Amino acid sequence: MDVVESIGDFGRFVSQTFTWIFRGGLNWKTLRLMMPLMFEVGVRSIPVIAITGAFIGMVMAVEAYDQFRSIGQENRLGSIINVSVVKQIGPVLAAVMLAGRVGGALTAELGTMNVTEQIDALRVMGTDPIRYLVVPRLLTCILLTPILTIYSDMLGVLGGWIVTVQMFGVPNAPYWHYAATGVGRWAVLEGVGKAVFFGGAIGLISCYKGFNCRAGASGVGRACTEAFVQSFIAIIVFNFFFARLMKDWYTTLYGHVSLFAQ
Amino acid sequence: MPLIQLKNLHKRFGPLVVLDGITLDVEAGKCLVIIGASGTGKSVLLKHIVGLLRPDRGEVWFDGKRVDNLFERDFMLVRRRIGFLFQQSALFDSINVADNVAFPLVEHSGKLPGEIRELAEQKLRMVGLPGIGDKMPGELSGGMRKRVALARAIAMSPEVILYDEPTTGLDPVRADVINQLILKLQRELHATSLVVTHDMHSAFKIADRIVMLHEGKTVFDGPPTAILESGNPTVRRFVMGEASEQELSSLRGGPDASWF
Repeated sequence: MDVVESIGDFGRFVSQTFTWIFRGGLNWKTLRLMMPLMFEVGVRSIPVIAITGAFIGMVMAVEAYDQFRSIGQENRLGSIINVSVVKQIGPVLAAVMLAGRVGGALTAELGTMNVTEQIDALRVMGTDPIRYLVVPRLLTCILLTPILTIYSDMLGVLGGWIVTVQMFGVPNAPYWHYAATGVGRWAVLEGVGKAVFFGGAIGLISCYKGFNCRAGASGVGRACTEAFVQSFIAIIVFNFFFARLMKDWYTTLYGHVSLFAQ
Repeated sequence: MPLIQLKNLHKRFGPLVVLDGITLDVEAGKCLVIIGASGTGKSVLLKHIVGLLRPDRGEVWFDGKRVDNLFERDFMLVRRRIGFLFQQSALFDSINVADNVAFPLVEHSGKLPGEIRELAEQKLRMVGLPGIGDKMPGELSGGMRKRVALARAIAMSPEVILYDEPTTGLDPVRADVINQLILKLQRELHATSLVVTHDMHSAFKIADRIVMLHEGKTVFDGPPTAILESGNPTVRRFVMGEASEQELSSLRGGPDASWF
């Protein structure tokens, strides 16, 4: 019963948020509220996103190199590493990183505001807290998660290249040749496209948890943990269905394209 | 015609009945003080007037219109006519004092930034805190935060000001400053005041009329002079600040006695 109730409550929260977005659109007031948030969510996330992206590319190369080399196909690492990074691991890990860093911060901020009656104060002054607090935060997450994903992708590609070409001595030209043939426009767009939804999930879940936070320091702490765990689950589960759907679409449009037949 | 009318208001949180059929008329331009022990639903009652809580049963009327069944969006317009002073001040801690006071003006008044700054400073002067606009709420003492919150509550020159325990947690001198402020705002803004408190000293000082709540019901309603002559033992004990025999017995021999 509690589960049904909370799903309904979350649904109402989401529909209210989108009502405000579609009624108000992207007006100046919202944009002004988004500026400091974009700094917090975007600029300050760059170091962690960079590290995550680069090391993922690097570890992929370390794991795959000897297997590919044993069948004399080490040049093809260019396609396999970069496709994995751009389509799956880059976007998912960037989103998970953001769920922890940004989601926790949003939940803690809104949760504290809720507990200290600041959200009630907004309502009493005739300002809708969803419009004032949730809409700018959600839009910031939706806008910046794909951008940060592109950044993470770039560093993943760089990391993979450093290990494969610089450390293991795979020749440069064939590596990039296979990278270019393996990673099409579709792969990049799929990765960035799902980042939009990941950003939406992080923003909505974190704000909802903050708004429904219980009183006290432990309440805020618990809300942050729940926000992270549920964002994480949402990202992973959504990713599976999205990948499935995209695979079907791609196969319908272009047929099966092998990475090994090129 | 009363400005605010509560009709047979009921509210419960789970098994706990907080308001059990409250009926109350608030006259315009007067100061009504609601007293009662902690946890008797005084704050809950106040929150029903601004729609932060909705009644389970009963009606809330404001200025001749029923408001308890309004959509959140329509309630916003009613709320702009009401100032609300929160018990914990509820200042926005991420922006400075001037921006806090200016917040409702920026959101709703449509005035130019220069005018808004001027108005905010004027409201800060009214509560006796000129020139502190650049400070952050975290740097202020409890009493100052309350006065800043009051300046914010009156920023839009509301017709009604609701005070949720304005003097709680302040020393007697600071509490008196708040009492004098409430009287001053009453005179200068001709606002209707509704004060929730358990500070009897404050109640006698500012009230035109006192209402006492006990276990979700009204047990006294009349002018401050009449409350001293009330025959109701609950009212008398509250006014005199004496615990009942029953409340004391739990200290002496009850199962919790080992705590003392």
